[in-house]
Amino acid sequence: MLGLNKKDTTLFWIVAAMSLLAPFILNPFPEGSSLAQMFNAGYPDLMQRFVIFGILVIGFNILFGLTGYLSFGHAAFLGIGSYSAVWMFKLVGMNVIPAILLAMIVSGVFALLIGYVSLRRSGIYFSILTLAIAQMCYNLAYSVLGNPASSYNLTNGETGLQLSLDDARIFGESVTADGALPVTNFFGLAMRSSYKMDVGGWLFTFNAGYYFSAIIMLISFYVSIRIFRSPFGMMLRAVKSNQQRMNYTGLNTRPYILAAFVISGIYAGLAGGLLSSMDPLAGAERMHWTASGEIVIMAILGGVGTLVGPVIGAGFNEYFKNILSKINDSVLHDWLAFMPDGIENLMVGFLHYFVGKGWHLTLGIMFMLVIIFLPGGLVEGGQRIAKKFGRKKKSDETSTTPAE
Amino acid sequence: MSTSNFTRRGVLKSGAVAGAGVALPTIFTASSAAAYMNEPTGSTVTLGFNVPQTGAYADEGADELRAYELAVEHLNGGGDAGMMNTFSSKALKGNGILGKKVEFVTGDTQTKSDAARASAKSMIEKDGAVMITGGSSSGVAIAVQGLCQEAGVIFMAGLTHSNDTTGKDKKANGFRHFFNGYMSAAALAPVLEKLYGKDRNAYHLTADYTWGWTQEESIAAATEAMGWNTVNKVRTPLASTDFSSYIAPVLNSGADVLVLNHYGGNMVNSLTNAVQFGLRDKMVNGKQFEIVVPLYSRLMAKGAGENVKGIHGSTNWHWSLTDEGSKAFVKSFGTKYGFPPSQAAHTVYCQTMLYADAAERAGTFNPCGIAEALEGFEFDGLGNGKTLYRAEDHQCFKDVLVVRGKENPTSEFDLLEVVEVTPTAQVTYAPDHPMFAGGALGTCNAG
Repeated sequence: MLGLNKKDTTLFWIVAAMSLLAPFILNPFPEGSSLAQMFNAGYPDLMQRFVIFGILVIGFNILFGLTGYLSFGHAAFLGIGSYSAVWMFKLVGMNVIPAILLAMIVSGVFALLIGYVSLRRSGIYFSILTLAIAQMCYNLAYSVLGNPASSYNLTNGETGLQLSLDDARIFGESVTADGALPVTNFFGLAMRSSYKMDVGGWLFTFNAGYYFSAIIMLISFYVSIRIFRSPFGMMLRAVKSNQQRMNYTGLNTRPYILAAFVISGIYAGLAGGLLSSMDPLAGAERMHWTASGEIVIMAILGGVGTLVGPVIGAGFNEYFKNILSKINDSVLHDWLAFMPDGIENLMVGFLHYFVGKGWHLTLGIMFMLVIIFLPGGLVEGGQRIAKKFGRKKKSDETSTTPAE
Repeated sequence: MSTSNFTRRGVLKSGAVAGAGVALPTIFTASSAAAYMNEPTGSTVTLGFNVPQTGAYADEGADELRAYELAVEHLNGGGDAGMMNTFSSKALKGNGILGKKVEFVTGDTQTKSDAARASAKSMIEKDGAVMITGGSSSGVAIAVQGLCQEAGVIFMAGLTHSNDTTGKDKKANGFRHFFNGYMSAAALAPVLEKLYGKDRNAYHLTADYTWGWTQEESIAAATEAMGWNTVNKVRTPLASTDFSSYIAPVLNSGADVLVLNHYGGNMVNSLTNAVQFGLRDKMVNGKQFEIVVPLYSRLMAKGAGENVKGIHGSTNWHWSLTDEGSKAFVKSFGTKYGFPPSQAAHTVYCQTMLYADAAERAGTFNPCGIAEALEGFEFDGLGNGKTLYRAEDHQCFKDVLVVRGKENPTSEFDLLEVVEVTPTAQVTYAPDHPMFAGGALGTCNAG
């Protein structure tokens, strides 16, 4: 349906069902249990991050997965989108639609400029160019355009751009009747309003902002499937296979790659706009090169060039980042209480380096394991399991086949 | 390729999803039964301690966390009750807060406002924290304070020294016990004038964010008022670890005083670089070259080692103070951890006590009730003498210490000596002072 073949339709509905039922799926443990404290992820902020970073990596995958051009500066578009959206909230009003539209337009324009320059080179040189340009954007946002003393304070530097009571907001109120900042909304539906449902010991939170982002993620996902299956997508794959041969046959490939670059930049801007819509503050750290690296990691973790890989990779990364950094020594002691004292202390002393502030280490190990044993990312793991248990499928039919 | 097959199963499935989609907006209208955000209903109350565990201010964060754990222990009736014995308000009974046992969750701000907000959000949304406290960077503190205002919980600022925290970015739900850049300048300027005279050329190296900017502005204004000349102001990124490229130009600038508006790991590195370049042995314009570090702490003095000897700065509190409150706090902190607390530990311990006391006096955890109890609250016995929580901007007014790196330390903790205790009156300013103007508290938000 909707121009998708049967496999893609099934895949789309699976993703749709997963994202709409996320509040249930992510809260498997009853409220108040010690497992819930650690492993439940069904709270609005994290769920929003799952889908928003999903959008970001879906867009990144259109560039990297299809054309093989590894952009190492994608976080710049995320940041540009975030700043544009917050400026819209400051100047126009608190409806998220204009903010998201401006975020997409501005990041699209930036992507066009940056892409025009950096796509003159390919391979490692392209990666380095994007990395350098993104770091320039970061430094501009962090200090040049972020000094409140200057008249070009676009980003407010380290503190981050945020709303204040004396903003203009020409199509809205600067201050609510009770003297507070107005909240971001979608034609009156506040992004942070949630409905909490108590079922037995479980508590499920349905958040407006989450569902808004999830629906946009599904639309983005649908568009990405269409691009993957279109002649345009085929052209991008051809670029990945052998760009030289394409050139020899007389095709100018650059416009196609530039289009892919701009599309993925707009996806990143959309994600940035959504991040600001959920929480109207934009910080320069979002554009740092480590943030760009994280996008690449998410894409590879999930499976480059596959359709659902980006969403899975983004979710995996955000989940473990959040969970691991919240485990501290007292939690470890609780878990290992069954061990004899000496061994318990030894184990806690050892595990101490892998949790809390050591979450990078654990995530790094997981990343290495995935790359070594599942070069196709988590999607390949899923396919292997499906192959073992399910009926045999012809692999070229599965929608999650890598692009090559 | 477009196949559009309306099977029975397909229609049922899409119908169910569409139905769920249509039903969603209607259930959002239901509001929760709680009177305010995260009202504690069980036998416990959860506080969120959001401190940097990585980044330039990680040392301060680690010490803050120790003090928070100590405060929770004292509130729940454990230990020797520390400053609860000396605190002028006697509302706290050592049975938790309002009879509820105090529990806490911790998070890592990474000294980044984005990460700090994500961590605070998870505490509010997932762990049900009714109060967030912490932050060892003003950028982070301001970002999290804004978040708490929107979410409807109280924010008790930890170590944040920017004028903006209770100036242009002040919020009704946010409270600060720590002093600020203006107070440092007001306390430091007379001492500097006495020591180095009225005719000096100052060169500022400043951490490039809200705290650095406002402190630089305050110090420059105060020193210029007494006749000093500001040669240059150079901004350095917060994440820098090597400052030699910033120090070299100082040598040829004609400046004879270097003001380091750096804190934590930044200050340790920049001061070390400055000493390595031989700045302290130089004579410029016929005067001895001097270095000033407006915001000082023992942890920084420890990090910079020998280099801090004879260098002046200001601090919120120091463990060598001999009033009853300070002595009690140093004793219980020392018993538990084996070394004296830093100013960061002191301010967050006080903040936790002040919050608990306000909840106890207000008889509720409702942020609006607590704000009312804290506004205009006068107290004593928390180590800084008589202190006022001013209602207009939620800033504490108390004595400020001017300190100097000790020439002959007697132990590895005895690194600073108090030169002067500047009385409250000298560091007090009007709420509408130009350096603090431009913001508004707004009204308290209970979520």
